[in-house]
Amino acid sequence: MDILDRFAIPPHDDPMLYGSLVAIVIVTIAIIAGLTYFKKWGYLWREWLTTVDHKRIGIMYLISALVMLFRGGADAILLRAQLAVPENSLLDAQHYNEIFTTHGIVMILFMAMPFIMALMNFVVPLQIGARDVAFPRLNALSFWLFFMGAMLLNISFVIGGSPDAGWTSYFPLAGNDFSTSVGTNYYMIAIQIAGIGTLMTGINFITTILKMRAPGMGLMQMPMFTWSSLIANVIIVFAFPVLTVALAMGTFDRLFGTHLFSTTNGGMDMLWANLFWVWGHPEVYILILPAFGIYSEIISTFSRRNLYGYKAMVGSMVIISLLSFLVWTHHFYTMGQGALTNSIFSITTMAIAVPTGVKIFNWLFTMYKGKIEITTPMLYAIMFIPLFTIGGATGVMLGMSAADYQYHNTMFLVAHFHNTIIPGVVFAMLAGLTYYWPKMFGFMLNERIGKWAAWMNCIGFLLAFMPMYVTGLDGQARRMYTYSASTGYGPLNMVSFVGAAVMAIGFVLIAYNIYYSTRYASRDIGSDPWNARTLEWATHTPVPGYNFATLPQVDSNEALWSAKKKGHKLFDSKYEKIHMPNNSGVPFIMSAIFFVWGFSLVFSLWIPAILATIGIFACMAHRSFEKDHGHYISVQEVEQTEKKLRGVS
Amino acid sequence: MKLDHSLPPEYSTEENRLKILGFWIFIGAEIMLFGTLFASYFTLVDRTAGTPGAAELFGITPLIIETLLLLTSSFTIGLGVHAMRMGNKKAMMAFFAITLLLGAGFLGVEIYEFNHFVHQGVTLQTSAFSAILFMTLGTHGIHVTIGIFWGLFILMQLKKDGLNPATANKSFIFSLYWHFLDVVWIFIFSFVYLKGMM
Repeated sequence: MDILDRFAIPPHDDPMLYGSLVAIVIVTIAIIAGLTYFKKWGYLWREWLTTVDHKRIGIMYLISALVMLFRGGADAILLRAQLAVPENSLLDAQHYNEIFTTHGIVMILFMAMPFIMALMNFVVPLQIGARDVAFPRLNALSFWLFFMGAMLLNISFVIGGSPDAGWTSYFPLAGNDFSTSVGTNYYMIAIQIAGIGTLMTGINFITTILKMRAPGMGLMQMPMFTWSSLIANVIIVFAFPVLTVALAMGTFDRLFGTHLFSTTNGGMDMLWANLFWVWGHPEVYILILPAFGIYSEIISTFSRRNLYGYKAMVGSMVIISLLSFLVWTHHFYTMGQGALTNSIFSITTMAIAVPTGVKIFNWLFTMYKGKIEITTPMLYAIMFIPLFTIGGATGVMLGMSAADYQYHNTMFLVAHFHNTIIPGVVFAMLAGLTYYWPKMFGFMLNERIGKWAAWMNCIGFLLAFMPMYVTGLDGQARRMYTYSASTGYGPLNMVSFVGAAVMAIGFVLIAYNIYYSTRYASRDIGSDPWNARTLEWATHTPVPGYNFATLPQVDSNEALWSAKKKGHKLFDSKYEKIHMPNNSGVPFIMSAIFFVWGFSLVFSLWIPAILATIGIFACMAHRSFEKDHGHYISVQEVEQTEKKLRGVS
Repeated sequence: MKLDHSLPPEYSTEENRLKILGFWIFIGAEIMLFGTLFASYFTLVDRTAGTPGAAELFGITPLIIETLLLLTSSFTIGLGVHAMRMGNKKAMMAFFAITLLLGAGFLGVEIYEFNHFVHQGVTLQTSAFSAILFMTLGTHGIHVTIGIFWGLFILMQLKKDGLNPATANKSFIFSLYWHFLDVVWIFIFSFVYLKGMM
């Protein structure tokens, strides 16, 4: 069966790969059997696959992000296990390359991004007092494109082989000459599909935030998470098209034999590195700014004070967003731009520390003289400030181009970016998850287990990454699958492995917490269990489909707080009929066709690829001709729902 | 649906206003897309590996025809939107049809031109320059192709449903798209062709 050989995993006979293959098949059969047995196919289709409700889309993003967190986490454990002792033979070089590559892609694009999208989708429309996003159907399409992109990358592990050229996928290494498996094809096409979805989210949320705010909410009355989302989405709209072009060029090089990034026929490999980081550096601010927004909400709520320096917070985010486009060269100081270029990018890089520092001080001043209440989200926020500051300081060290020749491509760099991303983004997402969980699901996560998990994550993080600063300065290179005992890196790498294991316990505790709280937590928590300050807590729990029965009247950036403390009247009691969008299966179907399209291109199956292209355009044509005016919820129905929900909360 | 009669039909409902703003933001993303292509083109323009470069490849005749066709089409779609605002559906449809025909003419000349490049021995695989040239021109050409189908669908809807806030909105957004492709062409005309031929 020669034809099937193309889909086989490249020949390294690793029991782990076959184990995963069997596991994937069993889980798929179990899901299908379960859905059939409990007769849930109709429910799944009507309530979830076709939904255009921003809250449900947010929850689907959340589930995907958590699943991917465990996938990427398993990768991380394997990497650290391999390096725990010198000359280890747990993984071979090829397998190690594939695992660090997919670890990076999965964690950045398929864990951190959807986690942020989850919170943005769920929270932003509620925070601005809107009934949905501007383009609900497009929002569903964004999610399903992300989902199909993620699935396409994940099947690479068992069909055809994973990408193995690093998450940065530098050419010429990523070209056909050096990466012979289809792995890098998966990289180019899976990220392209997910990236198109992300771009649409960007357009959708900018429009939503600019045009759909509740009456009285000017731009400077927006809660800080909404501000951070607005800025992150502006960065998305201007950064993602660069990735689109870079990936298209990479795809052409790999599938059609062009010479854009090759070392022959005039190709220029450094063009890829530049384009990649012109997107890649703004991308890290797309991740961190919403995380800053989450921390701002949490710190203000649990310090029982308004956020210190609101205008400075907004201003510093705007400055960070502009600077984020002007620093990309610092990722490759050693690749020969010359001293002048390196100096300019050193200065822009170090300049970012200034607005970031402003934000750190604003959070500290918010807590100063506040009545701090240490809940799980607040615990994460308090851990974040010192840990992120260390990460930022080592970033300034890396930003000095002359010194960077010592750190470049060492474990010092790996320690630095994990030090910003884990306390910065991951802790923010876990804090946000705990903070918004009651609004999403109607019960709170257990505080005791949550705090245990937070401490495990904090201690595990320190054990795992602080030793890397040391081994990195000693010269341990990143992306090397092993090292000799004479280097002396062994003991510190063992400490890193222990740290990774402790973090794993932390994440298992979070999973256990979800199980435990689902079973035992009280459902009688009201609509505002944290005594919070912004509009998302002003509606019922569970949130009705239309979010707000009447649109709130806003008078400050803490509308709920001023309603509580100053007697501001948020809601008019007179109901009107509410216009809502209809569900649609087209986004799901179109994205499924995108999956077929991507898979066919990965394996250069031209006829299915052409058919899928036609299918995609047919879906767009269908949308053009479709007449969908949505539906109205009548006043009686709103009254009934409101009466029922008031009984609950 | 609340209709605001003080505004032109394409802006008359809240949904329409959202769609127009959303499309402007999409054009922002498109500017970045073409900007990246232009930046890559300028980086690779001299990297021809000894095969024919811009100066040998480009001819003035197809370029002038393409430019005239596309610029005229931008003018006629402007007239179409003007007719739409006056409520003259017949004139509007005629101008839209002329626009699409001019677009198809442009596309025909571009295909002829690509064919001409290939006959001179320059294909997608020849050099870094040839690859980025075909990609830059091709991305614009695919946009025009998609635009022709999109415009055709809108014409069919105009014929069937007549002028209403929904079709007016679609037509107006389509005109934004078409003007944008014209702007991109002006950049291609100046910085790919003219600069290449000098």
